[in-house]
Order: sequence, then C-alpha cells, then structure tokens
Amino acid sequence: MRRLHSFNGGAHPAEHKAESTARPIAAAPLVPLYVVPLRQHIGTPALPLVRAGDRVLRGQAIGQAEGYVSASVHAPTSGRVVAVEMRPVAHPSGLADLCVVIEADGEDRAIDLQPLDWRGMEPSHLRNLIRDLGLVGLGGAVFPSFIKLNPGEAGRVETLILNGAECEPWITSDDLLMRERAREILKGAEIMQAMLHAGEVVIGIEDNKPEAIAAMQAAVREMGLGYEVAVVPTRYPSGGAKQLTYLLTGRETPSRGHAVEVGVQVFNVGTAYGLHHALAEGRPLISRVVTVTGHVASPQNFEVRLGTPIEDLIRAAGGELEGATGEIIGGPMMGFDLQDRAAPVTKAVNCVIVKDAQRFPPPPAPRACIRCGECARACPARLQPFELYWYARARDFGKTQLFSLFDCIECGCCSHVCPSHISLVDFFRYAKSEIWAREREKEAADAARRRHEFHVWRLEREKQEKAERLARKAVAQVKEAEAAPVDAEAARKKAILQAAIERAKQAREGVTPRNVDHLTPEQQHQVEEADARRARLHAGAEDQKETENQP
Amino acid sequence: MAAGGLTLGAVLGWASVRYRVQEDPLVEKIDAILPQTQCGQCGFAGCKPYAEAIAKGEADINRCPPGGEDGIRRLADLLGVEAKSLGEGLEHKPKSVAVIDEDLCIGCTLCIQACPVDAIVGAAKQMHTIVADRCTGCELCLPPCPVECIHMEVIHEDITTWKWRYPVYSIRPVRE
Ligand code: SF4
Ligand code: SF4
Ligand code: SF4
Repeated sequence: MRRLHSFNGGAHPAEHKAESTARPIAAAPLVPLYVVPLRQHIGTPALPLVRAGDRVLRGQAIGQAEGYVSASVHAPTSGRVVAVEMRPVAHPSGLADLCVVIEADGEDRAIDLQPLDWRGMEPSHLRNLIRDLGLVGLGGAVFPSFIKLNPGEAGRVETLILNGAECEPWITSDDLLMRERAREILKGAEIMQAMLHAGEVVIGIEDNKPEAIAAMQAAVREMGLGYEVAVVPTRYPSGGAKQLTYLLTGRETPSRGHAVEVGVQVFNVGTAYGLHHALAEGRPLISRVVTVTGHVASPQNFEVRLGTPIEDLIRAAGGELEGATGEIIGGPMMGFDLQDRAAPVTKAVNCVIVKDAQRFPPPPAPRACIRCGECARACPARLQPFELYWYARARDFGKTQLFSLFDCIECGCCSHVCPSHISLVDFFRYAKSEIWAREREKEAADAARRRHEFHVWRLEREKQEKAERLARKAVAQVKEAEAAPVDAEAARKKAILQAAIERAKQAREGVTPRNVDHLTPEQQHQVEEADARRARLHAGAEDQKETENQP
Repeated sequence: MAAGGLTLGAVLGWASVRYRVQEDPLVEKIDAILPQTQCGQCGFAGCKPYAEAIAKGEADINRCPPGGEDGIRRLADLLGVEAKSLGEGLEHKPKSVAVIDEDLCIGCTLCIQACPVDAIVGAAKQMHTIVADRCTGCELCLPPCPVECIHMEVIHEDITTWKWRYPVYSIRPVRE
C-alpha cells in the first residue's frame, strides 16, 4: 500500500455525482451541422487545410498543427465544408474564434484508417504522429500530449500518474470511462509508459468512485500489468496535477513549474483512452466523453463528436427542464458560464451543467473581509488568499506577485469557504490576465524601442554617408577643374542640365510643357495612368509639392 | 522574405551593440514606462526625448496619451509625485494599427521615411505594406501620404488578448 501525502486545505463541495452515473455512456446522435474550432488546445491554433465547398470524410485532417505547441484538428463526420469563419466558442469571454463549419451528409464515411505499429517506431516520429492525430490532454488543460510524451534529457520519468481523481462536483465522464472502458485506458497507459520509460505507473482515483476502482483493479489484474490503483480520499482538488503528484509521491512541483521536473508525468485517464484508439486504429481524436447534467430531463454521459453544438447535446440528454437558468462548462468550482449555446463541444469540454435557481442560486452579496483566515486554511497552494485579494482589488499587481499569485491554481477553494462570500478567485484571474497583458505590452514596447533606436541610428549614418559623398565629389570637381580648364563636352552637359532644371521650374510654375512627342505605346500608357492618378488627388498643387520632396 | 528577416535581424543585432550609448539611469527608467509609440503627441521628438525632459523636470508627467492614466500612475509612482489626469487637449485613443490600401499606393516611399520604427516595407514605385505587429499606431505615416491611402484600424480584442474583467459588485458593510 502506498503512503499518501496529504495536501493543505481543500474543500468538500456537495458532490452531485449520482445524477449522471445511473446511465451508461451513450453515443451522442449525429447532428446536421458541426462547428469545429481550429483552436482546441493550448498554443497556436491549427492552420485550416480546407475551404468552403470542400468535401471531407470522418477523420480527415481539416487543420494542421502549426508551430511547436499545437495539435491537428479533424472532421468529426463526412460532409461538406460550408464555411471557415469566426463562430462563438465555449470560452469565458464569449468571443468568436476561427472554426470549420461542416454540413454533415449523413453517410458518416471515414478515411481509410490504418493501425499504427508504434512499438517499432522512432520516438520523435511517433510523437509527430500523435500531434497529427490531434491528441491533447482531455482533463481540461488541453496541452498537446506529444510534448508531454517526451522523456526529455533524463531519458525517463520515475512515475507515470494516470489521473482518475475527478474531484470536481457534478462531473462523471472519467468515472464512467473507467467503469466501462478500463482495458482501453490501460492500453493507452502502456504506450505512455513505453514512450516515457516510466519506472512505475500509478492510477489515482478518489474513494467516491468504488465501481471505477474495482473495474480498473480488475483490468490491471487481467492484463497482468504491474500498475497500482491508488485510492485517494475524496477532497477537492485532489485531481489537480500538483495535488495528485504530491498525494501519491510526496513530491512538490516547483513554483510555476511542471510535475516532470520532479520525475513525474501526469495524464488524464481520458487522454490514455484517446491515445490507445489513436494508435491501435489510426483514429484521430474526433470525439470525447462529456457529462451532461443538472437541470436536464435525463442526465447522462455521452461520447460526443467534437464540433457538436452544445444545444444539440443538451437535447440529447432530454433537453433542459422548465426553469433552467443557464449553463456551466466544466464544473461549478473551476468552470465558467456559457454565453452562447450554439458554441460547440471541443477537446476541452468535459461537462455541461444546466443550472436552475435552486441548486445554483445567484451568489450572495459579498461583505468586507474579516480576515478570519479560512481562505488560507483552505488553499491547497498554501497561499494567503486574503492578502492576495487585498492587492488584486487595489490593482497592486507587483504585490500580488510577491504573494505568489502565479502559484494559485484557480481551484476556487478560497471563494468556496469565505464566510463573507467574496469571490476571491475572480480577482486572481483578473490580476493574472492583467499581468499577462502588461507583459505583452512591455515586450512590444521594448521591440519598438529597439527598432526606433536603430531607425535613428540608420538616419544618422545615412546623413553622414551623404555628407562624405558630397565632400568627396566636391574635392574631385575641384581637381577636375584644375586639370581641364575648358572641356567642350562638360559645357554641353551643363547646358543640357541647365535646360532640364529650367523645364522643371516651368512645370512647377504651372506652364506644364508636355514632352509627349516620340512616346512608345508603353510610355503613353504610363503617362495616362499617372494622369488619372493625379486627377484623383484633390488639391493638385499641394500634392505635387509633396511628391517632389521624394528622393 | 525569411532570409531578408534573418539578415535584418543580424544587422539589428550588431547595430544594437554599436549605437547604444551610456544612459542616465533615471531617463532609462522613465523611458521603460513610456509606451514607445514614438508618436510625438507629448510635444517631443519621441519617447526618449520626452523621458529626458521629464528627468530634467522640464516636462509634466501627463503628456503621453498612448500611455494613458495607467502610464501616468506608474510615472507618478516612480518619481514620487501625485498622479494627475491626462493633460489639456490630449486624448487617449484605443490602440490601432495603420493599414495601407494597396490598390491606391503609388510607391512614393514617403511613409517609410515617416515611420519611426521601420514598420513599413516596400521599395520605390512598389506597393508598400505595414507589418502590423511592428506598427505602434503612432499615425505619423498618415499626413505624408500624397494619395491618402493609409488609415487606422482599431485592434479588437480576441481570445488570446481577452482579459478577465475587474469583478464588480458592491460590498455590503458588516452590521455593527
Ligand atoms: S475567508 Fe473571506 S473573510 Fe476570511 S480572511 Fe479569507 S477573504 Fe477574508
Ligand atoms: S488562492 Fe488560488 S489556489 Fe488558493 S484556494 Fe484560492 S483559488 Fe485555490
Ligand atoms: S506621446 Fe508618443 S512620443 Fe510621447 S512619450 Fe507618449 S508614445 Fe512616446
């Protein structure tokens, strides 16, 4: 038995898991229209590979991974691309993002899928394949998996953790996946173990999921794997990567760092499941399990094709009941309110909760902080939320960083326990995004400063060079004049030059002599074009002056 | 194009070593707060000259519209003086970039010369383009254009630049 290391604080919000575990995972029905965002992962959005009018097949790549931190995106069914355009997506901002809109043809024809013999493959080639198959972390962070499957300089990790804790209330998608598809999860874990040369594999599951624990234990036994199913006490946020790592290994993930720095790599069980299917069948990530729960007729988990509009998914769960007051994407602790039900399910969406006034009442009006310290006792990151709140509220971002704002995992425990009902975590999100924006601005300003300094230096250099050129020329002219007092050729050139200057002067005075006599058709055309352009400009004289200033 | 970028980068690299002169640390600190738009709205020929004037006590801290209230507050903090509102006749505008209407551009190069941060590319008699992520939105290229083919476009928020809003609610006083 593994010795568990208890993390600080945490909370016990009402679980509400039973609502959606009574029914098995069902396949969500095909819908007429899919909206597939090209940004379904952390990093650079995928580059669109299709245009309106193109026909696509299920599993066909419609977006290519771009840059290092990225992953590809695939068509969820066969049909016709009707647009590549900005559409509302499931994001706290409610803003639109670039999506491939596919009208399904109902035939659901797939590309030719080939199982991949990953065991014999060169590691970097395998990782590129995993990127091109669209694999990202399905626990909610959607970080491209191929990056995390690189053992790095160490060449191996000590512990591979499969995260089946699922500590957020209401969500049961990992629970049902473990109950029903334990073997496939473990097959994915085998791939991960091989790629990372992991010394041990531990599957962490909260003790409120006895069926999942039993199913995983049975599958480990049957498959003859030496993996350990570790049962952790139910306490939010045990499913946080840092918290679970600490629980199972006693290792502290460094501030602003990742578990891999202490020899641990953590993947969600859904990611392992997706990885198995990706390699065993060559099937790209085009669906995921999503919990639909709350104020709907029949709460249930669905295997949903990515791009399915959330309103269609709610309908699949029997539709919302009378008195619904909106939707939460994710769980009630870390999720956000959906702004537009037309937004699609993406790789990041693990749960849709339809709210009602009873179970999701509007937050009570906050009162002033009484400095009771409850928030600090609850904070799993061992921060002082009330201090942080004080500075974030005063927009003193320097101080928030001194109090380790960026170690906050935004779990919401502090808001949950605050007797004054202060939504502390909202202030921390606000402060973080302000700081990020300032960093971006600072970088842009520094770049502009460098370019401006270069610009000034360049002008200075050009001026100097010109002066030197003129000086050299003057010297040469003087020498020339001394050498050849009267040169007929030079006199003739000078006369021509003088005439040209005279003509230019006349032109300025508006006499405009037109030297249009012996023109080629090409030149004639150019003159006409120039005249037309000139006609378009309003005050001719003014502009003429400007153009004459050009070098 | 990529190769051009590399060479330019190399030039910038060694140039930065050559043209940098020793700075007054206070001027540097002030300049670090100024937004580097280089627009001249403060009445100086760029951010650095304005920073120098502030350091000498010859200019007020509220003359930079692109920096806005926030910039003024940070200058006030740095210099240990009271923050104030933006100076008379100055107005903070949303951040924008300049865009050239490429059908109208006659390739006169006047805008290239006006751009303080070398954000415009093009050669004589060829169409010019503004590199959007270099453009500081200073508007200095607008007046010289003889065909008025440059206009400003406000940069809209997207998912990557979106920020969480300051939480708004009224705090109820605790009953005595
Ligand atoms: S729990 Fe609330 S009232 Fe208590 S110290 Fe924290 S913020 Fe203040
Ligand atoms: S400060 Fe951050 S990490 Fe700590 S309890 Fe609050 S939200 Fe969670
Ligand atoms: S007004 Fe323009 S030039 Fe002056 S400091 Fe501000 S950004 Fe720089």
